[in-house]
Amino acid sequence: MKTPSPEKPNPFDMPHKEMGWCPGCGNYKLLDSLKGALFELGIDRRNLVVVSGIGQGAKTPQYLNANMFNGLHGRSLPAALGIKLSNRNLTVIAESGDGCMYGEGGNHFLHAIRRNCDMTLIVHDNMVYGLTKGQASPTSLPGMKTPVQIDGVMLEPFNPLAVSLALNAPFIARASAGDEEETKEIIKQAISFRGFAVVDVFQPCVVFNRLNTYQWFRENTYYLPGDYDPADRMQAFAKAVETEKLPLGVIFREETRPVYEDLLGIGNTPLRSQEFREKAFEKMIAEYC
Amino acid sequence: MKNMRRYSNDISIVFGGAAGQGIQTIASALVSVLKRTGCHVFACTEFMSRVRGGSNSTQVRITGRKRHAYVHRIDFLFALNADALEHLKTRIAPTTIVFADKSQVPSTDEGLLVDAPITSFARQAGNPIYSNTAAVAVALGLLGIPQEGLDNYLREIFAGKGDAVVADNIEAARLGYAFGRQTALREEIEVEIAVEPEKNRPKELLLDGTAAVGIGAVAAGCTFISSYPMSPGTGVLTFLAQRSHEFNIVVDQAEDEISAVNTALGASYAGARAIVTTSGGGFALMEEGISLAGMTEVPLVVHLGQRPGPATGMPTRTEQADLNLVLHAGHGEFPRVILAPGTFAEAILLTQRAFQLADRYQLTAFVLTDQFFLDSTGSMAAAVVKREPIERHIVETDEEYMRYRFTPDGLSPRGVPGYGKGIVKCDSHEHDETGHLTENFETRRRMVEKRLRRIKALAAESLMPELVGGSADAPNIVVAWGSNRGVLEESLDTLQRADLAGLHFSQLYPFNPSVATLLKGKIVTVLENNASGQFADLLHRELAVSTANRILKWTGEPFSVEEVVEALREI
Ligand SMILES: Cc1ncc(C[n+]2csc(CCOP(=O)(O)OP(=O)(O)O)c2C)c(N)n1
Ligand code: SF4
Ligand SMILES: [Mg+2]
Repeated sequence: MKTPSPEKPNPFDMPHKEMGWCPGCGNYKLLDSLKGALFELGIDRRNLVVVSGIGQGAKTPQYLNANMFNGLHGRSLPAALGIKLSNRNLTVIAESGDGCMYGEGGNHFLHAIRRNCDMTLIVHDNMVYGLTKGQASPTSLPGMKTPVQIDGVMLEPFNPLAVSLALNAPFIARASAGDEEETKEIIKQAISFRGFAVVDVFQPCVVFNRLNTYQWFRENTYYLPGDYDPADRMQAFAKAVETEKLPLGVIFREETRPVYEDLLGIGNTPLRSQEFREKAFEKMIAEYC
Repeated sequence: MKNMRRYSNDISIVFGGAAGQGIQTIASALVSVLKRTGCHVFACTEFMSRVRGGSNSTQVRITGRKRHAYVHRIDFLFALNADALEHLKTRIAPTTIVFADKSQVPSTDEGLLVDAPITSFARQAGNPIYSNTAAVAVALGLLGIPQEGLDNYLREIFAGKGDAVVADNIEAARLGYAFGRQTALREEIEVEIAVEPEKNRPKELLLDGTAAVGIGAVAAGCTFISSYPMSPGTGVLTFLAQRSHEFNIVVDQAEDEISAVNTALGASYAGARAIVTTSGGGFALMEEGISLAGMTEVPLVVHLGQRPGPATGMPTRTEQADLNLVLHAGHGEFPRVILAPGTFAEAILLTQRAFQLADRYQLTAFVLTDQFFLDSTGSMAAAVVKREPIERHIVETDEEYMRYRFTPDGLSPRGVPGYGKGIVKCDSHEHDETGHLTENFETRRRMVEKRLRRIKALAAESLMPELVGGSADAPNIVVAWGSNRGVLEESLDTLQRADLAGLHFSQLYPFNPSVATLLKGKIVTVLENNASGQFADLLHRELAVSTANRILKWTGEPFSVEEVVEALREI
């Protein structure tokens, strides 16, 4: 049984929660894709922690019946790192907006890739600051006018795929929230992947981004063909820098990079359950005597 | 006819030279040997913020009883280069004896210059790199401490380098020692040092302030540290990294302090006992994280080693000017605990206490130290190293679990993800009992009240300040906090005035309600290493205690015993 039904509802549903998103926002679809993926993968919600920052996308774990660490703007990845290293048995998903992840938290994004913990990053990339009412984000396209960028965005857009590739992220994908089914499948692959999985999701903001609409994303994207080989890094680079039409799907995947938890020698016992090492303590004190 | 030079039970030896010349190595070898011989030793160090060159010095004190303070006076100065004399000029008195290679240091304006060809002893023994050994030996010869202790020490530390290296070092020691003895005889230097016979000696540790904080963290069962290097806080990161395999401590060097604090909070949310270590500048970057800890009620321990600010300030110097920073860190209103150890024993105990309080009250506990404290070395009785029980206050959750459940004492049972049937929602927004964000005004009112309510229970078990000299009924009370305990104690001891008493605070916030009675009707003097008197202001704000005198120092150096004695004479 793969899809939730009235007899077997999706355990991640939070039906009584009032939603803070605008009608028609791409975040609803992305939330559904995520819940579908979690359901189909049979993830135990008590072992799942969804970590987020602040922004519209970052509200996602508020609407998900699972453990949540809704921390500070830009700081979801450090918190996610601490959670994973503290108890590696937990499934950890970090989820936030493009501003949160690539702007305020940009440094953490770079270094989280370098560490390569086994976790999934889902970025709600609406190419705008939604919650703060429509300023440019790092991924806003040049020329877009906003109340602050009155002459249009002037900065080169941040390219999360190319940056991730440059840092040798082992799993890099792009999805489009309008395509619920495809997005769900990509998220499933990302969560199942052992290592740091980056998923940048185009997410239409129907209120503040009048440029990158559902239609715009449909017209300006395409899915990578079935014979595309995601193990080829140079080809992935070529895909990552395409601008004419933007590729969707898993653009890079490399199974062999060691995860940080293993490199640190972290075992399966959560840190909270570790026994105190009395003998080692006595030995250490003796060294000072 | 020469005057006999007598030194009795309070000797100050200073090694001065450039970074990279080995003064630290010399001082630590000397301190180790003296401690094993049964002397009371204390060492502190001042150095420039550079890796090579510059002018640095380390003071080694040998005293009749345990001391934990810096003295301005120098009895024996080992000048490894000419700059050292210039650097330490104001501390060289007619009674100072300067040991230096005359080819490097031709003369001194003050004091007696003794030509000590230390490098040539090393060369004679086989290699100029044995100079450090020869220097230690000269000092021991001068003091009349048997050479045997040094020989044993050399055998131990060079054990891995082969017999030849050990033998050469012992030869360099022999030459240096003989020179030290001869010099003492020639110059009629008589040194009297109380040495405790071995059988009477309690087992003692020799350590620095950094190790004391580190040992405290290990003793508390700390399992997680994420930090970004910044002097003088880095030492605790290094300490725990060095011990990480023995104690299964996860160590992550963060990309910045913002990451460090948020990572530690993530780890703590998932159940680890987590610490971050930093200095003022790095801590300033962590502030939003401290506020997050306040809102989410996630336990955290912060070690802040102070150095002079603002901004980069003086990276390797000392100050106590970040009290206001930790007191007010983070936007919004939430409780916190600030501890400031004054001795190494206190650092071990209070670091454990910080973890205990953080877990019990679900808040941030600060351990506030400074460069002087962290870089000082001394001995303490092993019997004092106590391990407090590790109480985590973590509950197994059930289906109905709510992270922020309202309870009479404001403390909601703490669940962690993956332990029990419930889910744990932790939120930086104002939230309801389940942890979901809310804008309900009544819930907000109750949540703020819930978070602040614990202050009362916390204050009731706050540590009382300790009397460190004089009697409680003296009309004048001199207050110190953190690292100034030793200098206050020694100064009061020197003065022996019945009208003066010293009170040392190792918990700076919140105050135990009983503290007020100790200060009631007293003429209060506050001694602190900053320019404005931050602690004096805190006493006023919290306890309505007015300070009659503020003894302040903000040059970047610690107080010396002499200047505190001088300042207290005015009272
Ligand atoms: C330290 C800090 N700075 C600024 C903000 C205000 N802020 C909240 S969300 C946000 C940007 C939101 O943009 P994005 O991350 O793209 O999320 P979206 O709302 O578009 O999903 C900003 C600037 C904040 N909460 N914290
Ligand atoms: S502002 Fe934009 S991103 Fe935010 S909820 Fe509304 S439509 Fe969605
Ligand atoms: Mg956005």
